[in-house]
Order: sequence, then structure tokens, then C-alpha cells
Amino acid sequence: MKYMLLICTDSSVVLTDEQKAGLPEATGKWVQETDGAGIRLDGSALRPVSDATTVRVRRDEVLLADGPFAETKEQIAGFDIIECADLDQAIEVASKHPVASFGTIEVRPFWQ
Amino acid sequence: MTGPSSAGPGPDADVAGAVDEAFRSEWGKVVAAVIGQTGDWDLAEECAQDAFARALRTWPRDGVPRRPGAWLTTVARNRALDLLRRRSTEAVKLEQSARLAPEPEGDDMDGEDIADDRLRLIFTCCHPALPLEARVALTLRTLAGLTTAEIAKAFLTAEPTMAKRLVRAKAKIRNAGIPYRVPPAHLLPERTSGVLAVLYLLFNEGYTASAGQRLVRHDLCDEAIRLARALAGLMPDEPEATALLALMLFHHARRAGRTNAAGEVITLENQDRSLWDQDQIGEGTALLATAARRQRPGQYLIQAGIAQCHATAPTAAETDWTAIARLYGMLARLVPSAVVELNRAVAVGMADGPAAGLALVDQLAGSGQLDGYYLLPATRADLLRRLGRPAEAADSYRDALGLVVNEAERRYLATRLAEAEIGSTTPPGGC
Repeated sequence: MKYMLLICTDSSVVLTDEQKAGLPEATGKWVQETDGAGIRLDGSALRPVSDATTVRVRRDEVLLADGPFAETKEQIAGFDIIECADLDQAIEVASKHPVASFGTIEVRPFWQ
Repeated sequence: MTGPSSAGPGPDADVAGAVDEAFRSEWGKVVAAVIGQTGDWDLAEECAQDAFARALRTWPRDGVPRRPGAWLTTVARNRALDLLRRRSTEAVKLEQSARLAPEPEGDDMDGEDIADDRLRLIFTCCHPALPLEARVALTLRTLAGLTTAEIAKAFLTAEPTMAKRLVRAKAKIRNAGIPYRVPPAHLLPERTSGVLAVLYLLFNEGYTASAGQRLVRHDLCDEAIRLARALAGLMPDEPEATALLALMLFHHARRAGRTNAAGEVITLENQDRSLWDQDQIGEGTALLATAARRQRPGQYLIQAGIAQCHATAPTAAETDWTAIARLYGMLARLVPSAVVELNRAVAVGMADGPAAGLALVDQLAGSGQLDGYYLLPATRADLLRRLGRPAEAADSYRDALGLVVNEAERRYLATRLAEAEIGSTTPPGGC
């Protein structure tokens, strides 16, 4: 089964310098391991919501807005698409993602 | 709870009784087997219902089969194959399920050995990715065979709300890929304690109904015991499953003594111990001895040990409070919790006197961890009463009354408050 991992961080959580410094390496290691196991199919970190543009079409008019679709403390900082046998495996993969220890990972099954 | 039949006295009454009996003991097994075969939860419930309906029709004529569970499972599985065959779009699935489940040869349906899938079903119903209330409802529906209406009534919820909860849970199992299996070894301890927690929650919901007029709903307790008994049988190497069953039996054994005819709470020390169910206490004691042999004291083993101390004391005065205080100490180290500390304070108050208990309670109150929990002021009030400080006791009873939810417990506290108020206005030496 395919799952999307939405990697969410909470802007109110302040990381220590040590955590910040170690994050790229820890994430790289996680990516390497899941890629190597044939679990991770795709994924990327995302630019912050300050770089986001929201698009709506109403009465044939394209309406644009600066910023995310919802103003929340939790922001999607990245995503990964993984292929797993079942939810238990997906939970295990998500729980090993370095962001899980301070942020939130939402595990969403693909519609299929 | 209610079986599929309600035949009065007559020649068919025995058969109807056998169907009812089979319903209680076999429903979960039949549903579990069909889910294992087809992966379809709704189909499994439908086919289990059909199998019991057919038993009601054919058993009076043909007699009760030698192994009713195997008979019912085979009928339900064949029914599932029939239904799947009719769904043309399910042709592929049919191929798979037909391979999974060879039809029994000949008419001797009793002869087929059917693996017990209930353990897979229990672990799936209690999967931590489902909301807790859905785990409880799903367990009652699929394993115990309660109807949606019965579950809604037991939890004082509207039937459509409960139906929606069950539909959502089953959809999530299917769509999110929650596996239908007993978890692998590295997940088993954690998931097992999750299953035990659901069963204990179910029992406690029956034991101290969180809302409503009556203190105890025996039907929920009976279902919880039945499920715990099944789990202990399916996991003979898991002492905590056996210990949980023992714990439930010790509590349930005291049910007749816990309230009076008016539904008022009778405290443990004032209960008529001749009303306690000695058979259940005996069974609990034997189970506890078996579980304790593993020498791996888990939280249910310790709690069962505490419940046993109470259940086997000939009189309230002979209760071994020193042992109980020691067990609560063990429990607090294993699962640190302010509620456990409060119970330890009660036990210490009995073993070493109310002053020692009060010191622990005040320490807990100071920590603020139990703010809003009515048993904290209720316990404090009781210790103050025993120390002969009725005015302070009355204050604490008032605090407790402001927090209590259950009506029967509210009445108990109100009575005690009235006594304390009289006590605080009576000069020393008065009656």
C-alpha cells in the first residue's frame, strides 16, 4: 500500500542549536535507509509557507493569495511517499523519521 | 447479551438454549473466521447472523451438532462464498477466498478443523490507530456479538452515533491498511497491553458506570469477563491476560454486596461478605496462582493481588492492609500514577493509621496532579473523619460533592457530609 507522510513542524516548538545542526544529517540517513529498503518512492522538503501561494478559481476567475491555505501553528515542512505492507509498517517508518521526535507525522493512505 | 432466540418452555427450548449458548461462545470465532477468509467485516457479520439463523431452523430438526462452533463457522464461510459468487465484480476475490478456504468434504462439517482467528480479530479491533471508543465498540460488536443498539445503550449514546462510529472504524481498517493479524514479536508486548486496557476499560465502564443512575451494569462486566476469558485461553503464555481475568473475577464476585436495594453504594468495609460469590473468588485465586508462577509481575498481576487481599479477607478488620500498601508501592514503581499513589495512601492509612495516610494525601494534593478528581477530597474527608476532625472532613466532603459524576456515589458522599456536619456541631463527648 502507498502512504503519504506529511512531515509537520510546529512553529511554536523551538529547537536547540544541537537539534537544528543534527537534523539534515539525521534526515539524510533516514532517506538513505528507506530508499535502500525500497520503501520510499519519492519525497522532498518544502520551502516555508511564507513562499506559498494559494490558488482558487471562483466564477472563472483565478484568485491568488499569499501564504498557506490555513493559518496554523503546524506547517507541512515536507512529504514522503512510501510503499508498505500495511499501516503497522508505515507507522514504524514514520516513527523513525527525525522530525517525529519534535513535530508530527501524518500518515495518509493513498486513495486506490 | 441477547442471543438470537427467546423460545419459551417447550421441546424446542433446549435447542434454542443451545443456540443462545453457541451465540455467546462462538460468535466472535465465526466472525473472525469469515474476516480471515474474505477480509470483509460487514460480510462476516452478515454471514455469522445467517449461520445462527440457520441453526435456529435446522438444529430442532437435525439435533445440535457435536461441535456447534465448527458447524456455524462452516455454514458462515460457505454463505460468504455464495454471496461473493453472486457479486460478479468480486470474481477475483472469490478465486482467492476459494483457495483460502477449501469447502469441507461431504456432510461431516463437524470433522473440519478451523483455526481460531479470534486473536487476530482482537488485535485488529484494539489497534492503537483507531480511536479508543471505536476500539471498545468494535470489540463488543465483532467479538461479543452485541448489536449496535445494545452498544449504544450501554454507553448512553444515540444509536446512529454508535453506528457511524462502527462504520468509520471498519472503513479505516480497510482503507488505512490496518493488518488483520497477531502483531509480530517486537510489537506484541505493547499491543497486548493495549488489548488488555480495552477489556479492562470495558469492565470498568460496567463496574462503575461513568454516568447514569445505577452504579453497576452487570451486562458489560459479563461481556468483559467473557472476552478476558477467551483472551487468557488464546494467550496461555501471557500471564497478564490471566491476571486480568482474575482481577475482573475478584471485583465481580463482590457485585451483590456493593449496593443496597435502593442502589446506594455500600463501602467495602460495610459490605455483607456472605453475598460475595465464593466460586468466582476461588477461580480468581487459582488463576492468580497460575499467572504468578511466571515471576514477571505486571500491572494486572499486582492489581489482582490487591483485589484478592480484599476478596479473601474474612472480615473488613482482618484485611491485610500492610500487604495491600506494599502491592500499591510495587504498582506505583511499575506504572507511576497519582491515582495509584492515592490508593497507596488509603492502604497506608489503614495499615499505619489515618495520620500516616493523611500525610501522603496532603503531599499528593500539594502536587496538583489530582486536581478535579473527586476521590482525592473524598479520601481526605474520610481520613479526617477517622482522626476526629469533623469540621475539616465536612469541607472535604463538600469539595468531593462538587466533583463527583456518578449519582450513586454522590448520594453516598451527601450522607457522609450530613454525618460530618452533625459531628462538627456536637460537642466532644456527645453522640
